[in-house]
Amino acid sequence: MINSLLWTPLAFGLVGLFLPKRLIGWWAVLGTAVTAGIAIALLAGFDSGAAGLQDTVDVNWIPGLGVDYSLGIDGLNVFLVLLTAVVWLGGTAFAAFREQERPHLFFLMMLLGETATLGAFIAQDLLLFVLFFDLMLVPFYFLFGAWGSDREGGPTASAATLKMIVYTLIGSLLMLVGAIATAIIAADGGQITFSIAELAKHPVGDGSQQWIFWFFAAAFLVKMPAFLLHGWMPDAYRAAPLPVLAVFSGVLAKVGAYGFLRVVLPLFPAATVQFQTVVLLIALASILYGSVMAFTQTNVRLIGGYSSVAQLGFITAGIFALRADGADGAVLQMVNHGLVVAPLFIIVAILAERSGSEDLREMGGMAMRAPVLAALFLIVTLATLAMPGSANFIGEFYILNGLFQAKIVFAFVAISGVAMSAYYALRLYQRTMHNRRPDSVPSREIGLRDALVLVPLVLCIVGLALYPQLILKRTDTSVQESVAAATRGPAPQAQLAKR
Amino acid sequence: MSFHAPHIDYAALSPVIALTVGLCVVLISAVIGPLRRSAPMMTMSVLAATAGLLIAQWDDPTNLVSGALRLDDLAISISLIAIAAAAFAVLLSIREPAAEQAGSGEYHALLLGSVLGMVLLAQAQNLVSFFVAIETLSIPLYILCATDMIREKSLESGLKYLIVGSLGSATLLYGMAFLYGGSGSTDFLGISAGIGHGGLLGDPLVLVGIGMVAVGLAFKTSIAPFHQWTPDVYEGAPTPITAFMAVATKAAAFAVFIRFFDVALIGEAGDWQPALAVLAAVSIVVGNVGALGQSSLKRLLGYSGVAQAGYILGGLVVASEAGINAIVFYLAGYLFMNLAAFGVIVARERETAFGDDIRAVRGLGSERPLLAWPLTISMLALAGLPATVGFIGKLYLIEALVEGDYTWLAVFIAVGTMISLAYYLRVVAAMWMPSAQASATPAIAGASPEADPIDPDAGNRIYLVGPALLAAAGAVFFGVIPQPLVDFAQHAGASLF
Repeated sequence: MINSLLWTPLAFGLVGLFLPKRLIGWWAVLGTAVTAGIAIALLAGFDSGAAGLQDTVDVNWIPGLGVDYSLGIDGLNVFLVLLTAVVWLGGTAFAAFREQERPHLFFLMMLLGETATLGAFIAQDLLLFVLFFDLMLVPFYFLFGAWGSDREGGPTASAATLKMIVYTLIGSLLMLVGAIATAIIAADGGQITFSIAELAKHPVGDGSQQWIFWFFAAAFLVKMPAFLLHGWMPDAYRAAPLPVLAVFSGVLAKVGAYGFLRVVLPLFPAATVQFQTVVLLIALASILYGSVMAFTQTNVRLIGGYSSVAQLGFITAGIFALRADGADGAVLQMVNHGLVVAPLFIIVAILAERSGSEDLREMGGMAMRAPVLAALFLIVTLATLAMPGSANFIGEFYILNGLFQAKIVFAFVAISGVAMSAYYALRLYQRTMHNRRPDSVPSREIGLRDALVLVPLVLCIVGLALYPQLILKRTDTSVQESVAAATRGPAPQAQLAKR
Repeated sequence: MSFHAPHIDYAALSPVIALTVGLCVVLISAVIGPLRRSAPMMTMSVLAATAGLLIAQWDDPTNLVSGALRLDDLAISISLIAIAAAAFAVLLSIREPAAEQAGSGEYHALLLGSVLGMVLLAQAQNLVSFFVAIETLSIPLYILCATDMIREKSLESGLKYLIVGSLGSATLLYGMAFLYGGSGSTDFLGISAGIGHGGLLGDPLVLVGIGMVAVGLAFKTSIAPFHQWTPDVYEGAPTPITAFMAVATKAAAFAVFIRFFDVALIGEAGDWQPALAVLAAVSIVVGNVGALGQSSLKRLLGYSGVAQAGYILGGLVVASEAGINAIVFYLAGYLFMNLAAFGVIVARERETAFGDDIRAVRGLGSERPLLAWPLTISMLALAGLPATVGFIGKLYLIEALVEGDYTWLAVFIAVGTMISLAYYLRVVAAMWMPSAQASATPAIAGASPEADPIDPDAGNRIYLVGPALLAAAGAVFFGVIPQPLVDFAQHAGASLF
């Protein structure tokens, strides 16, 4: 089951190479739909009460090097897998409705991207995780570079993409060294294993944890991106084709946050506790910087991009509260943000097609003749600003709750991020949907095809708003496991006092 | 009085004999009219026979010629890599102007001569056989580099290689003399015993000797700062020969590098490890930075070869079985990664007017996908991206380095790889991305010093596309299912420790 989940997209992509041009888009949509079906089946069979991994596969892959092909589902990744499948289905369908140049290669890369991302989420072997984490770059390198747009007076698509790749690989190559070092130090001359569960049982010494922690953190923080490591983001976001950007921003950023929960907290608990404040500071800086940038930008892509920086800052803060409630909220918020940002970029794509520009100043008045589009966008907007009643509200509430209990000062600063998110989200909505409509921009309802993509995604948002417990119930056990290692480390003050 | 003939192990010597006989036959065939066109065919048969004879000796280590040679799995695996590279070069040489100008028979005989040197070098376990083998390897290569006789660059390349190569050989020989003086033996095991009590640092004679031998070997494997000849020679030599040199020379020289340091000097590992580690680090930096500004693909691969040599040297630094495994694995992977690229370069060289300039591959993705894919895979593999043999190779090396307490060198590999992306991906971008093509300088037909295309249909020739695709497929296959290649490499490592 889990094998078919992982390889279905790639298999469809490879078979698609032999299909005529006319059919390839639909074939790819079929592939992502089948994958989504498998993901839903996995969720249906998921036992929410059980601890540990479910539906595992564990085969010796390179026995000579101690690397296993080991996959599994637990509360941490089950919804991220579903998110990946759903968002990819939407993004691929949106792309399939439009004419693509060299469609065979485009959809092959889209589907390879899905396989790589799913692999990163379900890998239970540290090295396999690193492998899929790096592999994600390859399809997106092609997608951004070959189908992206060059910017007047700015870098070309291929230059922007190269910048992204170099940035991301700085982190992930160091992560490769870190992963190998972890396994070798833990083996201590014995049989080397990269199994995350095995390594978590015997964390390496505190001194080693300190530097390995940063090798991993660098990879994850660049991927998100976090403040100071986000240099690749503006150029890459402006170059990327929008359907691709929807899946990229919706899913790939979460792999970084997920990596903290899956790898860093369990494997490097002592270093996590030690550097908690530093990471929280980075997270807060991301929230503030991302929010401020988001409400000063006029390029709609960048508003989405910088708001992601802020949101990922929230998620990181939730994780590094090092409490179960904060991390629960972080997982919920990862799914929420993916579900919000993907339709956001698809709406941006629709708007940009009409106005021929991606600049806020050249948009407006769209709601006049397009009430359905406006309503859908409104739901997305309200979810983005974490309106009470949305699942995002629950997510941010959990995160802030965890942060309050852990570090109250940080929580106060983080709250300002919530306020600012209302400003940039509403500003985006108003300037595109309301205000005076420029003469050049036609206002018309979205077509049936685009609605087919957008409505299900928005329904997911609404569904989660009504029943966030769907996620929380299933993730809690695994999240507690992940956080437990870090909290168990040096005993907190309170526990000492009790003794 | 009776005379006892020494026992000769003909079975174990058979690969060397097959190559020698084969090379004579190919050479003679050049003057026999009806056979004149059959040199490539005969060369391939000789290579196949040699490979078969080598594989027959797998897992059966033997000392030959009173211990001057040792045919073990390390020697066999390295020889097989060299033979595969030579077979590849023969295919790429079909209709190559150099082969026709020099005379097909002579050209192929020289190639076989060089392979003979490599097979011997991989087995050498004595300073004398070591030196004889390395000269047997080099001298045919000096000539082969200059075989494209109407091109000035080719002649320049041959001359440059001759001068620098001779300097390297002289240094090597001088060092060997010192070493013999210091240890009283030419045999690797004898040297190991000879310097056993004195120690490395205590005996300046031995120390100078080892230093000079290391420098000589660094010349041959193009390790910085002894690499300056590499880009020039690579660029000027006929491309099939460049492909052969890039893979086979490196493999053979590393084989003796391993044997010299891990057999003769294993007792003093602690003394030479830091020195080699510094060389490796310098090589990684110099190679990767040097490649950044190159527009000639062959020069680019030359510099990339310097960097890759640095990575591979890392496996030697740790002086462990895992290190040797990693080296052999990487060299085998390097065969696939590099040859896929060279196959494409040869094809484009013949069908465009741009020679080996990066402009020759511009827009290749939509024009000739069958050529674009091998080059793309090759670049991604050299850059060490996952799902290619390059990733597993780096993983293997880094694992060996961390295990051997050289984590800082592993970090150097990671940083070097990061720099290398900038130039590997530039080639990929030129092939697939429209913007990368538009931003470069506009193409002017005939701007290149090279002559007009010699074969406008080269991109469809099965003898060029086939090998390139095969090598690329190998690079992906062993990236996804690496275990067979890991087993192959582990045999090699196990033969020394």
